[in-house]
Amino acid sequence: MTLEKLIFYVLAAVVILAAMMVVTRRNPVHSALFLILAFVACSGIWILAEAEFLAIVLVLVYVGAVMVLFLFVLMMLDIDLAVLRAGFIKMLPLGVVMAVAMAAELILVVRAENFGLDKYAAPARHAADYSNTEEIGSVLYTVYMYPFEIAAVILLVAIIAAIGLTMRKRPDTKYLDPTNQVLVKRDDRVRMVSMDAEKG
Amino acid sequence: MIALSDYLILGAILFAISIAGIFINRKNVIVLLMCVELMLLAVNINFVAFSHFLGDSAGQVFVFFILTVAAAEAAIGLAILVVLFRSKQSINVEDMDALKG
Amino acid sequence: MENIYLTIVLVPLIGAIIAGFFGGTIGRKGAHWVASGGVGISALLSLFVLKRFMFDGEAIFNGPVYTWMVSDGLHMEVGFLVDQLTAVMISVVTFVSFCVHIYTIGYMADDEHNWPKTSLAGRNSYQRFFSYISLFTFSMLMLVMSNNFLQLFFGWEAVGLVSYLLIGFWSVRPTAIFANLKAFLVNRVGDFGFILGIAAIAMYTNSLDYAEVFAKAPGLADTQIQIWGDSSWSLMSVIGILLFIGAMGKSAQVPLHVWLPDSMEGPTPISALIHAATMVTAGIFMVARMSPLYELSETALSFVLIIGATTAFFTGLIGIVQNDIKRVVAYSTLSQLGYMMVALGASAYAAGIFHLMTHAFFKALLFLAAGSVIIGMHHDQDIRNMGGIRKYMPITYWTSLLGSLALIGFPFFSGFFSKDAIIEAVHHSSIAGSTYAYWLVLAGVFVTALYSFRMFFLVFHGEGPRDEHAKEHLHESPKVVTVPLVLLAIPSVFLGYFTIDPMLFGDWFKGVLHVLPEHDTLAAVQEVVHSGNGMLAHTYASPAFYLAMAGLGMAFYIYMINPAIADKVKSIASPIYTLLDKKYWFDEIYQTIFAAGSRGLGKILWLVGDRGLIDGLAVNGSAYSVGWLAAIVRHVQTGYLYHYAIAMILGLLLLLTWFVFL
Repeated sequence: MTLEKLIFYVLAAVVILAAMMVVTRRNPVHSALFLILAFVACSGIWILAEAEFLAIVLVLVYVGAVMVLFLFVLMMLDIDLAVLRAGFIKMLPLGVVMAVAMAAELILVVRAENFGLDKYAAPARHAADYSNTEEIGSVLYTVYMYPFEIAAVILLVAIIAAIGLTMRKRPDTKYLDPTNQVLVKRDDRVRMVSMDAEKG
Repeated sequence: MIALSDYLILGAILFAISIAGIFINRKNVIVLLMCVELMLLAVNINFVAFSHFLGDSAGQVFVFFILTVAAAEAAIGLAILVVLFRSKQSINVEDMDALKG
Repeated sequence: MENIYLTIVLVPLIGAIIAGFFGGTIGRKGAHWVASGGVGISALLSLFVLKRFMFDGEAIFNGPVYTWMVSDGLHMEVGFLVDQLTAVMISVVTFVSFCVHIYTIGYMADDEHNWPKTSLAGRNSYQRFFSYISLFTFSMLMLVMSNNFLQLFFGWEAVGLVSYLLIGFWSVRPTAIFANLKAFLVNRVGDFGFILGIAAIAMYTNSLDYAEVFAKAPGLADTQIQIWGDSSWSLMSVIGILLFIGAMGKSAQVPLHVWLPDSMEGPTPISALIHAATMVTAGIFMVARMSPLYELSETALSFVLIIGATTAFFTGLIGIVQNDIKRVVAYSTLSQLGYMMVALGASAYAAGIFHLMTHAFFKALLFLAAGSVIIGMHHDQDIRNMGGIRKYMPITYWTSLLGSLALIGFPFFSGFFSKDAIIEAVHHSSIAGSTYAYWLVLAGVFVTALYSFRMFFLVFHGEGPRDEHAKEHLHESPKVVTVPLVLLAIPSVFLGYFTIDPMLFGDWFKGVLHVLPEHDTLAAVQEVVHSGNGMLAHTYASPAFYLAMAGLGMAFYIYMINPAIADKVKSIASPIYTLLDKKYWFDEIYQTIFAAGSRGLGKILWLVGDRGLIDGLAVNGSAYSVGWLAAIVRHVQTGYLYHYAIAMILGLLLLLTWFVFL
């Protein structure tokens, strides 16, 4: 067993265990942390598959941004865990059966007989000065230009949508609207009253 | 050497686990979202593996896009979750039955 | 010549349009001038055409005028075929029509009295009437001048339509509406057969043009077709009988004759024009025109012969017991149409057309004379109330006498030649049913004489009108009424004698009417009598003459000398009297079986088909079933996200299973 293979199996075991923890932990915060573990281990596997750029992106974007967002939301919301866990045991057998059936069928398709080394030989390693980032960039900015731009727009939409959904007006805040301040007229503020002078 | 089937089997197992997760965490939206992320990861593993073995960088480009969309999805999903919690004081899926026929 | 033919057809149409649409503007005078003028021009031109054919050897014209459409080689066009037959027909049609137009001016002069003051339909009814009769002339001309089946059908339906409009002209009378509906429905039955016949012709010859169809017909003489089951039918017999069913409707042959007596609800001029002289002869004309087809099927000819003979005798019998002056003439028309059909069935087409022509004149004359009497009697039509009118209406009396003599076939009068020719032709015929037909038409002669002179004596002789008030106002009709009577009386008397030689024994119809040598009964007749003069000379040997005289004498005895005998006979032979009085219960049978039957069928279809199946099952049923299904399916929509997720995953698993294992 080569070192490479050893590393792969170790990382794969970590991913699978972490994933199992994600779905079984009682506390969602733990789940999120195990998910981060799964991501990190997975990025190691991707480095083995010579997808260095994506591995880094996975850690930076997913672990650094998305999962932090998850944790942020989790901690911000006051969640009643007991209610959410109800029925956990009841659904466990069905979930396991489904998962096993699904895994069995999928593995039946992708087993070594179909996708083994004799069918798909391992590609030769790239030279030391090979840059995965450069290769992806050269494809992304030429062939996939339009999809790339559309992806950018999708991100923009997501940003705006997320802000738009969560923004709210709070009537109890002391907040001045500059527009209203600027638009004020004299008549809004001054009332002319004519009254007889009191006789002293 | 690591075979393509190793990667694919890892992806399949990860996918199956996340399906089991959807079943057993059926009431907790936030864990459901995490399971979806896990599923996407499984798919991404497949993409990367095929890209590696077929020597085609298009697979990695796809993963790139999937990551983009997944990030957007997570952002919006969590935003909806926040709004939902604000109005229902709960993220229990059983409370969300407004679509009941 | 083409322009002349076009003018003949179109002038009445233009007259009809002007009188119909601008009747209010041009007034009564304008309307009758424009309509009568149009038909007058047509009549003059028709006579000119006839003269060209008679003396100048005009060539037969056959050509399209306008192509409507061509579909898969089937030409649908307007075209004219003008030959000797057409020339005779257009002359008869336009001449009688012209006389009727003039007569109408007098007859309809006080038409306002027939309408309630408030009736909208009564406004400009005079102009409308002229428009209709001109339109009828146009339709009839289109029919007889057609060179293809499509135009024939157009004319056929158009005259039917005008007939419908005119029978129900006095639309405020329920009886008129009933009569025109009846005429329309009965004609539909015939027209259904007619159009099936045309369809069969188009199907087997892929042509609607007469000349082409006739050219192809001999090749189809032995064709057998299967209509239903395995029984095979001769194509020519099927076509002949189907077309003849159309003729039975239009020419009122038993059992489709029931509409004609009722059509007397219409004004008398159209009874004369449409229901005696011209339209009802469309069937005769059509069969004669189709002689190349009928000659190919003895079955069809026998059918024509038997139906014709039945009509000729049995409807004549009904005429004896009728008391309405117009109905007597109407039954006489039925009977005479039967004679014409008999002639056609015996392959004596020329004799049929000859009788058609002479009959057109004397029957129009009799109708118009009856109308004149009706005017004099202030629209009382019951002959029992009349009598002695001879003193007051001499012109009507004499012209009626001439018409009646022509009708019964008195020697030298035109009816004598035509009817005797038919009887002799049947005598010589040898196809199935000819013996039956011969005895019936012979007996029919006696019946004809009896009912004609019964009416004649009752109306014109004997004691004066019972109603003293009517007596005071009884006087001869105005000139516009009597002039047409005289105009029609002349051909009624002389036409037969002068035209029989060319038409029956000459070669006038050579190449126009086709008769196979073995069917040529007229040639057999000619061997005996040679010519018109020969017929006159043979009168003493003709049983028809003695029968007619016997009928006349019997009528004279019963109604002039010993009137009491009529009631006696009535009481002795009361079952027969009832049978005739009820017209063999044809109307009752049709009312019960067809009218009530179709109403019942309609009700069943309405309840079961419309309300049950369509409304209940199809319309509301589909809505209910969708609602019912939705009520069940909505329970699937729990609203729980995880149910949907589980469903999705299960589906995914199934799909995967299918993909992996199958």
